[in-house]
Amino acid sequence: MITLGDYLLVSAILFATGFAGVMLRRNLIVILMSLELMLNAANLSLVAFSRFRVGANGLPNYNAQVFVFFIITVAAAEVAVGLAILVALFRARQTTDVKDISSLKF
Amino acid sequence: MSPVLFWIFASLMLVFGAAVVVNRNPVASALSLVVSFIGLAALFMSLDAYFLGIIQVLVYAGAVMVLFLFIIMLLNLQAEARRPINWLAAVGGSAVAVILLIQIVRIIGNVQAAQQTFPLVASSTTDDVRNVGALLFRDYNLPFQIIGVLVLVATIGVVLLSKREPRG
Repeated sequence: MITLGDYLLVSAILFATGFAGVMLRRNLIVILMSLELMLNAANLSLVAFSRFRVGANGLPNYNAQVFVFFIITVAAAEVAVGLAILVALFRARQTTDVKDISSLKF
Repeated sequence: MSPVLFWIFASLMLVFGAAVVVNRNPVASALSLVVSFIGLAALFMSLDAYFLGIIQVLVYAGAVMVLFLFIIMLLNLQAEARRPINWLAAVGGSAVAVILLIQIVRIIGNVQAAQQTFPLVASSTTDDVRNVGALLFRDYNLPFQIIGVLVLVATIGVVLLSKREPRG
């Protein structure tokens, strides 16, 4: 049978993949996609916990699902703003590579 | 859900999630991300969260991916795909990610609840739109409205950011 730990393990691997993407990739678009992977890994754990905590009425704990709903909304807004910043940056510098954007580097 | 289906969808999600990071072409990354999100939506449905599974497909595979592909098309990023890989940074970054994964896995191993299977749900969970919606509009009404303001602010911000600077 599938345990809660299996879902948490899959979620952890997905989070680590996204984290590796943020650490390794130099393309801002791929970094934003990796951020989405990390957010979705958190969502998967939350839904697994929601299903794990079955209440007295025999239903899953829907509080976690409402939380996931909020996370999806905020993630969509975040992607929209991030990509708009990316477009503005590309217009100013003609690049999406983080190596080329080092004006604030000490 | 049967364990076979769980592992099929989980491995689908993880393989294409890794493909997002590994692919050097941003378009291939974006399309891998779609497959990864569809696998994740299947996992949501395996956890009786049908509403969230559908929202996942609609919002991520639909809206967010179209946005990503649109930006990639707009910026025409194919030209700068070839860059030498900094192997020292690559090994260091992967090492940090692997250490993080090991730590999370060890913590999961120490939690007693992680070894338990999921309890049965007594009644039908197919009407979870009603349950989530009732909770959203009753208990979480204020956060819901704050999220609405956030989306409005994000929309205005996006319009402002992508507006062309006036000359002079």
